[in-house]
Amino acid sequence: MGLFTLVWHYLKSKPLNTAINVVLLSLGIAVITTLLLFNSQLEEKINENVKGIDLVVGAKGSPLQLILCSIFHVDFPTGNIKLAEAEKISRNRLIKSSIPLALGDSYKSFRIVGTNRDYANLFGAELEQGDWWSNDLDVVVGSNVSQVTHIKRGDQFASAHGLTMEGSAHNEHHYKVSGVLKRTNSVLDNLILTNIESIWKMHEEGDSAGSNHIDVADSSVVRSRLVPSIAAGDSAREITSLLIQYRSPLAAIQLPRLVNAQSSLQAASPAFETARLFSILGVGAEMLMGFAYVLIIVSGLSIFIALYNSLKERRYDMAIMRSMGASRSKLFVLMLLEGGVLTLAGSVIGLLAGHAALSILSLFVQENFKAGISGIVFYSKEWIILGASLLLGLCCALIPAVQAYRTDISKVLAGN
Amino acid sequence: MITVSNLAFKYSSDTSIRFPDFSIKAGEHLLLLGESGRGKTTLLHLIGGLLRNYEGSVIVDGTELAALPESKLDRFRGRRIGFVFQRNHLINALSVEKNLIMSPFLAGLPVDRARIKEVLVGLGLGDKGHKKVTELSQGQAQRVAIGRALINKPSILLADEPTSALDDRNCDRVVQLLLEAADNNHAALVVATHDQRLKDKFKDQIHLA
Repeated sequence: MGLFTLVWHYLKSKPLNTAINVVLLSLGIAVITTLLLFNSQLEEKINENVKGIDLVVGAKGSPLQLILCSIFHVDFPTGNIKLAEAEKISRNRLIKSSIPLALGDSYKSFRIVGTNRDYANLFGAELEQGDWWSNDLDVVVGSNVSQVTHIKRGDQFASAHGLTMEGSAHNEHHYKVSGVLKRTNSVLDNLILTNIESIWKMHEEGDSAGSNHIDVADSSVVRSRLVPSIAAGDSAREITSLLIQYRSPLAAIQLPRLVNAQSSLQAASPAFETARLFSILGVGAEMLMGFAYVLIIVSGLSIFIALYNSLKERRYDMAIMRSMGASRSKLFVLMLLEGGVLTLAGSVIGLLAGHAALSILSLFVQENFKAGISGIVFYSKEWIILGASLLLGLCCALIPAVQAYRTDISKVLAGN
Repeated sequence: MITVSNLAFKYSSDTSIRFPDFSIKAGEHLLLLGESGRGKTTLLHLIGGLLRNYEGSVIVDGTELAALPESKLDRFRGRRIGFVFQRNHLINALSVEKNLIMSPFLAGLPVDRARIKEVLVGLGLGDKGHKKVTELSQGQAQRVAIGRALINKPSILLADEPTSALDDRNCDRVVQLLLEAADNNHAALVVATHDQRLKDKFKDQIHLA
């Protein structure tokens, strides 16, 4: 027998009241937990994907689209830019490194990215099996790609135009899988990487194949720094965008202005655009969050009312307990404990439910799986949720507890 | 065991009540008789340490009650004094046995299961330990309340109208139980009542007028 057992018996004697209080609170906590897990993971993933990229240069259009397309690979390109112009920018002394991207095709809705090894290195990619591409039309696939489509080393496939499964297929050439990447928990897991030349080859239908490659054996030709297989200043070649890493903070001021001054190019900052995206999406999340807070406040009120009412019913119980030797403070603690146990139960159940909900969601929603969001991740903020709800419980129990403390035993006992 | 002298209690600034002096020893029984409103319950609460702000002196078991700080008084009450009230006031959320356990638990004494069993059997409730108190009859519930007052072997047993809600048969039984229990523990028993049925069962009586 202890105060806990006593509290337990009191709660058990009113199962419906106890259940509604716990359910109300756990519902609110579950919504908050789910949002917290989802938002935190999304933010982490986004930051991971943005890491090492200070600026994206592409064709004029929506800067957000350019970022979504070039960094997260979820939107269509804004258009193409001349390789020669991109090269001119990449020679700027404020730039530490620049990675060219050629986009446009996909396989079973996984995007094929024409780029170089630097792009894979951005994410610290390593091979799970096979080798990096050595010839044109060799591809290396991300771990989700091989997991979902079941393609492996040595397989061949035809790509489709665009990002959808229904896009018109490029049947003239087939890609060949030369390797599979280890999981990086970044956007790389959902990509198929190849060299830029492969993308060009896919799209140069009708062109005479021979004339495309400049004879790079000729040492007098200055090679392009972005795509070394062709000569610098090639006026015909195009890429989709250029990922840039600054050499100094000064570049953040000068470079975007420099790029945007050119009529055909635009520069978009991933940090700025993702912040903008979050502020747009944030409205929905904030509404849900507000709803969750309302739920929690209501459950707090409900706990308060339950304790307050039970106090009225228990005035005699309390007085009897006092007559049996219980001190005022014991009754005070008893009430606080009851509020505490209720909220602890509600918040623990809520936290577990939040994790469970996200786990189920990531199981059934492919986009979640692709983004690498899971329910089995724990954040230290959850302790704050737990602590705050316990505090709420104690606050709701405080007034009934003070009343219990103040009970005039003699009056209550004589009052019958 | 109990000595009351010059005792007066103020309900408010203009209403107060005076009590006659009396004293009883361990093992003695006393009946406080009087119509309702004569201060029986107040006197019982004063002796039991449920009311503290009195004038005069209440010495219980050698201790002047008003001299004890409140927490000490709580403890003193839990260990030395057993209460039986008119309505039994058992805690409905708990079983019969748990109701009895409350007594040593709240008094800060170790819980002795054998003692609880002994008390239950002594009250003819040996098989009711795990029943809910709401399933008991009024007479049974009153016996549980007496059992609860006895668990800690108090040196003083105070009963406030213990029989007024009971029929004659249960009334006799309860009085018998109280007297026996007090004798077994060599405890002083004070019963406050307006129930005339108890009149001829007590040798010592005080009429509050």
